[in-house]
Amino acid sequence: MQPFVTLTSVAAPLAIANINTDDIFPAPATSPIKLGRAGASRDELGKNAFAVWRWNADETPRPEFVLNQPPFDQAAILVTLDNFGCGSSREMAVWTLLGTGIRCIIAPSFGDIFYGNCCKNGLLPVRLGGEDVAALLALVDVPGGALVTVDLTAQQVTGPDDSVHRFEIEPYHRTMLLAGLDEIAATLQRADAIEHFEQDYDRRRPWVAASGPPT
Amino acid sequence: MPRTLQQMIWDDHVIDTYPDGTCLLAVDRQMIYEGTSFQAFEALKISKRPVRRPAATLATPDHMVPTHDRSPQAMRSGSRHLVEALDRNCRDHGIFHIPLEDRRQGIVHVVGPEQGFTLPGLVLVCADSHTSTHGAFGALAFGIGTTELEHVLATQTLTQRPSRSMRVTVDGPLAPGVFAKDLALAMIAEIGASGGNGHAIEFAGSAIDALSMEGRMTLCNMAVEAGSRSGLVAPDETTFAYLDGRPFAPVGTAWDQAVAYWRTLRTEDGATFDAEHRLDGTALGPQVTWGTSPEHTVGVDRAVPDPDDAPDAQTADAWRRALEYMDLRPGTAMADVAVDRVFIGTCTNGRLEDIRAAAAVVRGRRIAPGVHAMVTPGSGLVREAAEREGLDVVLRDAGFEWRLPGCSMCFGGAYDSVGDGQRCASTSNRNFENRQGRGARTHLMSPAMAAAAAVTGRITDVRELG
Ligand code: SF4
Repeated sequence: MQPFVTLTSVAAPLAIANINTDDIFPAPATSPIKLGRAGASRDELGKNAFAVWRWNADETPRPEFVLNQPPFDQAAILVTLDNFGCGSSREMAVWTLLGTGIRCIIAPSFGDIFYGNCCKNGLLPVRLGGEDVAALLALVDVPGGALVTVDLTAQQVTGPDDSVHRFEIEPYHRTMLLAGLDEIAATLQRADAIEHFEQDYDRRRPWVAASGPPT
Repeated sequence: MPRTLQQMIWDDHVIDTYPDGTCLLAVDRQMIYEGTSFQAFEALKISKRPVRRPAATLATPDHMVPTHDRSPQAMRSGSRHLVEALDRNCRDHGIFHIPLEDRRQGIVHVVGPEQGFTLPGLVLVCADSHTSTHGAFGALAFGIGTTELEHVLATQTLTQRPSRSMRVTVDGPLAPGVFAKDLALAMIAEIGASGGNGHAIEFAGSAIDALSMEGRMTLCNMAVEAGSRSGLVAPDETTFAYLDGRPFAPVGTAWDQAVAYWRTLRTEDGATFDAEHRLDGTALGPQVTWGTSPEHTVGVDRAVPDPDDAPDAQTADAWRRALEYMDLRPGTAMADVAVDRVFIGTCTNGRLEDIRAAAAVVRGRRIAPGVHAMVTPGSGLVREAAEREGLDVVLRDAGFEWRLPGCSMCFGGAYDSVGDGQRCASTSNRNFENRQGRGARTHLMSPAMAAAAAVTGRITDVRELG
């Protein structure tokens, strides 16, 4: 996973609440962007981001969509409203955002599964209060765009007007993102604790191991 | 301190707690399907990591399978590739797999409970948001991403923080013609599509006690549409009776031990929840969505709301956008809205009880001219059971298509979608923009209500059909 430390970029405004993962990564029959092959790798998915809003059926760009407008087409930060990433658990939603160059999303709240998926892929989800987000939206939604800086070490967002907005993030996620940590490797170092737990659990709840599908 | 059901199951699975409260949590079991698992297996292969406990997994293909025809030539290459990858990955790792040709194949959230794979007290995950369904058994069940699935397959654990707790108490009984789906929609309207974010919802009260396991699954399935990763119902005699004798359920002494433990899985007296809601189920009528979020729900006897009446500017914006997408005007009676398509099925409402409810409405009737209607059973065993009762004949005689099991038209998958600008009465769980196809307009409702819409060609209060 690519570490996230600090980032300065044009921020794209997307002032819609409850954007769900079907919006972010539309399903095959819906999306104008057909995958090159079924099971395309994570890096091949950039064009699929917001595909229904972003492309016509013939894959030509829809100029009214913000990510098709310079300089927002270069944005690495997205500022949006409540409950971003609700709905389906599809991690393609995170991969497609990364694929199109988004590394940080600022919103008042996120869908729970999407939030976790972001943290495990080096895409920083920043929760700010509704008023802070509204202020940022107004500042970045200008012709020519405006720069926003996100600093994960200091846990703060600096707006185009030099306003500073502090954000909270779980220390576990922060450490993982800053280091670009391979979480599975870290967990596997606790193999003894897992083993010990499982032996005890099998004694306490013997019917679990004794049932289930045939092996 | 008295604990909630969710806390009891959580505590039972904590291996380690990190300084910030994040836990290393043991996962008992996981389900996988073709759509979100292949990248996890690919990543395991690259890192040369084995699957830690193959026996903890149940696999079946559901999302990208054709439901109109199972002959090999009906399969498109994209979905065939995914189904074959699932076959191969299960074979390579010794994972139990119900393949496409198997009579038990179906939607994972229907198959897991049906096979007795889902049990009370378990931590159970799947890379699908509707894993909340399994909480109907008093399991702590939640959807995860593909990277998390890789973590589970490699370590049989997850790193997680406990959700906050919410209880939704529903007084009953529900009136005739009112089902768990109506309750789910009313619940989401009440707490909002993000009202459950960060929470696990426990459902309690006399209306919940009286629900069948099917009804409880419908309700917990929709918990995620209120933003909650998990729904929970404390296990009781209804739960044990459902599980007794299922193929993968414990037997003999193991069953007795299990039931003795399961009886202790109840929120303790005096436990406090971070949030509480109460609904009067006795006053509830059939519900239907008008917009593009499940929270856009009204009683079927009501009208499309006016954005000018919205509680705040952001909601008014969202309502305007939804009305434009849905091509509806404020003040239009829901019962005047005509439909083109009717879709009965999915992990929300694709079980035997749902198909019975639909068949009861259409028995002796014909679907309205110009309406295309189909029923997609949630699993092969649901389909067989419905056919044993002759429900397929009732539905076919009325003009419904009788499909093979899978997710089908629930989302714009590989084979079925609602056309651009078409309106669909659907028993699925998401009325999002473009969810059932590009430009598709979805109205969520119960199977009985969807059947009534098929018969009249418009959204209809099923109680009026008698
Ligand atoms: S039926 Fe629909 S909601 Fe359920 S698992 Fe399939 S696609 Fe997802």
